[in-house]
Amino acid sequence: MINGEMHLIEDLRNPKLVAMRDGYGEGLVEAGKRNERVVVLVADLTESTRTDLFKKEFPERFFEMGIAEQNMMGVAAGMAACGLIPFVNSYACFNPGRNWEQLRLSVCLSGNNVKVVGAHAGFGNGTDGGNQQMFEDVALTRVLPNMTVLVPADYEQAKKMVLAMAELVGPVYMRMTKPVRPKVTTQGTPLTIGKAQVLRSGKEVTVFACGAMVYEALLAAEELVGQVDVEVVNVHTIKPLDKETIVNSARKTGRVVTAEEHSIIGGLGGAIAELLVEEYPVSVKRVGMRDKFGETGEPDELLAKYGMTKEAIVGKIKERR
Amino acid sequence: MLPVSMDDLAEKANLLRAEVVKMLTNAGTGHSAGPLGSADFWTMLYFGGLINYKANDPWWEERDRVVLSAGHYCPILYAVLAEAGFFPKSELATLRQLGSKLQGHPVARSLPGIETSSGPLGQGISQAVGMALAAKMDNQKWRVVCFMGDGEQDEGQVWEAYLCAAKYALSNLTVVIDRNNIQIDGHTENVMPLDSLAAKLAAFNFNVVEIDGHNLMEIKEAYERARVTFEKPTAIILRTIPGKGVDFMENDPGWHGKAPKLAEAVEALAELRKIRTLGGKITND
Repeated sequence: MINGEMHLIEDLRNPKLVAMRDGYGEGLVEAGKRNERVVVLVADLTESTRTDLFKKEFPERFFEMGIAEQNMMGVAAGMAACGLIPFVNSYACFNPGRNWEQLRLSVCLSGNNVKVVGAHAGFGNGTDGGNQQMFEDVALTRVLPNMTVLVPADYEQAKKMVLAMAELVGPVYMRMTKPVRPKVTTQGTPLTIGKAQVLRSGKEVTVFACGAMVYEALLAAEELVGQVDVEVVNVHTIKPLDKETIVNSARKTGRVVTAEEHSIIGGLGGAIAELLVEEYPVSVKRVGMRDKFGETGEPDELLAKYGMTKEAIVGKIKERR
Repeated sequence: MLPVSMDDLAEKANLLRAEVVKMLTNAGTGHSAGPLGSADFWTMLYFGGLINYKANDPWWEERDRVVLSAGHYCPILYAVLAEAGFFPKSELATLRQLGSKLQGHPVARSLPGIETSSGPLGQGISQAVGMALAAKMDNQKWRVVCFMGDGEQDEGQVWEAYLCAAKYALSNLTVVIDRNNIQIDGHTENVMPLDSLAAKLAAFNFNVVEIDGHNLMEIKEAYERARVTFEKPTAIILRTIPGKGVDFMENDPGWHGKAPKLAEAVEALAELRKIRTLGGKITND
């Protein structure tokens, strides 16, 4: 049953399609209005990271850093050490892919208040090919002490997340995909960093999902009505993981499936498996990239080919019966 | 700050060298050559009136930011900070020990006066650029000094940072490069040639000053030139002798990343004492 407290859209079968990055760009302008210490750095990808909106509104707080992601991360760390709140932008494969060591030392070990935003994560860069697709970013950031790792489910959540990130003191990573995706949450949907959301309650299996896979999980649950009673939890914060909500749900249903547009190694599936192995061991089935690189293709074709769809989630749920 | 004579400063630099030898010997590991070679610069920077700081208020908002990018030079910076009163000198003996604030490589704000974390090379310069940008944005008068090694220039990030410093005409940033021509694997020109470093930096649109890094007056003049350069960042290339002051360490790449053993330390300290009795004059002979 859909959880009314989450204020999801009314007709899940007819969602509006909107890009998360649009929500990010708009949220960033709002964050800039609320706090004049917010600054934005970008590595030659202003329009596609939607930081052009911030640039237009606050040109004096916008820094074009060129195609130099390592320096960009370090500059942000130096700015944060002087009390600014820098948002560092590029594609996820470069940011934190290229500049992970700078994120580790200059930001995380030093405890600097830097916000890292990885665009076009997962198959986001579809036709550009596997070279620039990114399935390792959550793993790379989750392993760093002091880090908070966020994956918004849609446009609306990305927008809220920017404001929450700006207020949180400490290093944060947020990843988004590129294409338009169903908008499942609304302005009324709550968001607290670190608090997973039970979007749909069920008794027989829990699907823990993040990013655009949250919508696929909801569709899978609807499809199985009458066969399996599925709980769907949106784990938008991969770190710190909401242990209480996750363990309680696993305890209730006793069966777990995870779903993410990321490697099953080190991402949401990895995090959930690690947690449950220690706290409440149940069998965990993971939907995600299975230790492979991507290839050229439209994102939706690739998601189907590599098994990150409603059908894949349904398959994993049935596998366990 | 009280006026101090160059002779007094030279003497202080040598006392700090002796402190470094003792710290490293006590720790058993660490880097000898760079800290000894750059002792004159660090002494001049902190005790020659070049920068603004308050040892009893280390995070004073208007302080000049000193960023040690080449983290392995930290023994000399720790010794200088203790001498300046940032923390008790007794803590110097804890270098590299479990529970010490004097980490083997500096950790940001773990110790009064330490602005950034370093060790992995090339990262301090980007943070210094970020600080200089923040100062400009906030119309602050404080300046940023970033100290780097010459081997560190191998890192690509360094040149990304230079492009950025020039783009934003960061005249409030002074980059100091210890050109001692050694790195772990040998002489810089064999490991990865850097010459001509001055021409490279000038081509990156820096105001470049190349000086004898053991001449205190030249250090002072170079920094003062940086302060009156308003259109671009300044790079000061310090020509130094690695291991300066201890004959058997001088110019030997083998001492880049090594600490003296007890007998070696005794010999080194005796030599440093001898130099002091010559009236505190440091020369290149």
